[in-house]
Amino acid sequence: MERSDILIVGAGLAAITLMRELRKRDAAVGITLVTADDGHFYSKPMLSNGLATSKTAASLVMTQRDALATQLNLAILPRTRVTAVDTGGHRVLTDQGALVYGRLVLALGAHPIRLPIEGEGAADVLSINHLDDYAIYREQLADKQRVALLGAGLIGCEFANDLRTVGKEVDVFDIAPQPLGRLLPDIAGKAYRLGLEAAGVRFHFGTSVQRIERGASGYRLHDGTGAITETDLVVSAVGLKPETTLPAAAGIKVGRGIMTDGMLATSAEDVFALGDCAEVAGMVLPFVMPIMHQAKALAATLCGEATPVRYPAMPVVVKTPAMPAVVCPPPPGTVGDWQETETDPGVRSLYLNAAGDLLGFALIGSEAAKEKQVLTARLKLV
Amino acid sequence: MKTWMCVVCGYIYDEAKGDPEHGIAAGTRWEDVPDDWSCPDCGVAKGDFEMVTV
Ligand SMILES: Cc1cc2nc3c(=O)[nH]c(=O)nc-3n(C[C@H](O)[C@H](O)[C@H](O)COP(=O)(O)OP(=O)(O)OC[C@H]3O[C@@H](n4cnc5c(N)ncnc54)[C@H](O)[C@@H]3O)c2cc1C
Ligand SMILES: [Zn+2]
Repeated sequence: MERSDILIVGAGLAAITLMRELRKRDAAVGITLVTADDGHFYSKPMLSNGLATSKTAASLVMTQRDALATQLNLAILPRTRVTAVDTGGHRVLTDQGALVYGRLVLALGAHPIRLPIEGEGAADVLSINHLDDYAIYREQLADKQRVALLGAGLIGCEFANDLRTVGKEVDVFDIAPQPLGRLLPDIAGKAYRLGLEAAGVRFHFGTSVQRIERGASGYRLHDGTGAITETDLVVSAVGLKPETTLPAAAGIKVGRGIMTDGMLATSAEDVFALGDCAEVAGMVLPFVMPIMHQAKALAATLCGEATPVRYPAMPVVVKTPAMPAVVCPPPPGTVGDWQETETDPGVRSLYLNAAGDLLGFALIGSEAAKEKQVLTARLKLV
Repeated sequence: MKTWMCVVCGYIYDEAKGDPEHGIAAGTRWEDVPDDWSCPDCGVAKGDFEMVTV
């Protein structure tokens, strides 16, 4: 490899978007992509509404690896896991041999957090953060009627809603008192919960599953209240942890994620990071929009035009058609108060500071959700 | 009339329906949607949409 050549580890949204952006600027620079998975491009957000849209793992693939390699003029090394990074030698080691890089980009993603659970059924709990996971989920779901979800966050609620659209029975457990946790203030949280309950989702709040026993058919879940819930399949959606083991072992600074500055540069020379694995200027933002902005900025930087990432307001749409929601939490450390107004049906919740500036919002229900654009434009960026 | 899909989140832009909530009238052809329009669901730019037949 030439020193100017770029080696990217990962084939998720972060890696692929970065390559699209690189090719818009530079048709010639050598790009090699090495990834532990098959390297096909798929839309991860669609994993949590794949039932409603009748998607199989195969039909979720948007661009096959070979087409991607041709379109973007890349070398793709699929099913190749990077096992070590030698930052001094500008080399990575993989289970298929060593690779030299000019610049290295880590787009490693995140892995599902698994809570400690007792019982022999705990080993059967699924987490869905990848196309391969989705294939297993669909296969197991085929002959099952009852599903339990651990976690009522964004992803747990999306899966719950999706499962209801195909008539599965759904129990959702969360230690928090309401769905979407701290993303929603009080009244919004209640309205959102009612919306999903009306669609048939059974919530178990303020408790967590502690023990999973295998039964003659299905599983028996014991939660902290002593209650027992019977189900056929258990899916964990309690959150993601940025992938940091590999960079940490290479001496690259990690915090909650791989730490980078505003230019997406890590502590090691010529090594960059973006996407779910990265803690960019102190923030881990595991969503599509921030990744798009990171990829654009990093592509410019790698092409010689040093560009720090700057985010606009980035509301997140929660894909729960039973009760649409848009959340835009106030930035950490800001001071203000929630003002909640009921719309019919739903709630509009605005987070305002003493001067009346809008710092965040939550919109529940299809009526309120229509105000997304207007409120986003009104947001005061801090 | 054609349909276009967001490569990131699967949102469908249907030319027949447009996106009236964001100022795109029903019947607006894709080439006439302004370049600064972005996916109403995930926010990606117009350039990241692909043609699909539904
Ligand atoms: C179910 C679900 C629904 C979601 N819905 C939304 C939504 O509606 N809106 C939104 O904004 N966001 C959503 N998100 C979040 C969004 O999808 C992610 O932020 C984004 O896809 C992350 O992309 P990434 O490239 O950083 O990571 P990933 O897609 O996880 O990619 C990581 C890549 O790194 C590779 N890799 C890791 N380690 C190694 C190694 N050692 N060697 C080689 N390769 C390696 C993996 O094989 C993989 O290709 C959702 C997430 C999930 C799970
Ligand atoms: Zn989209």
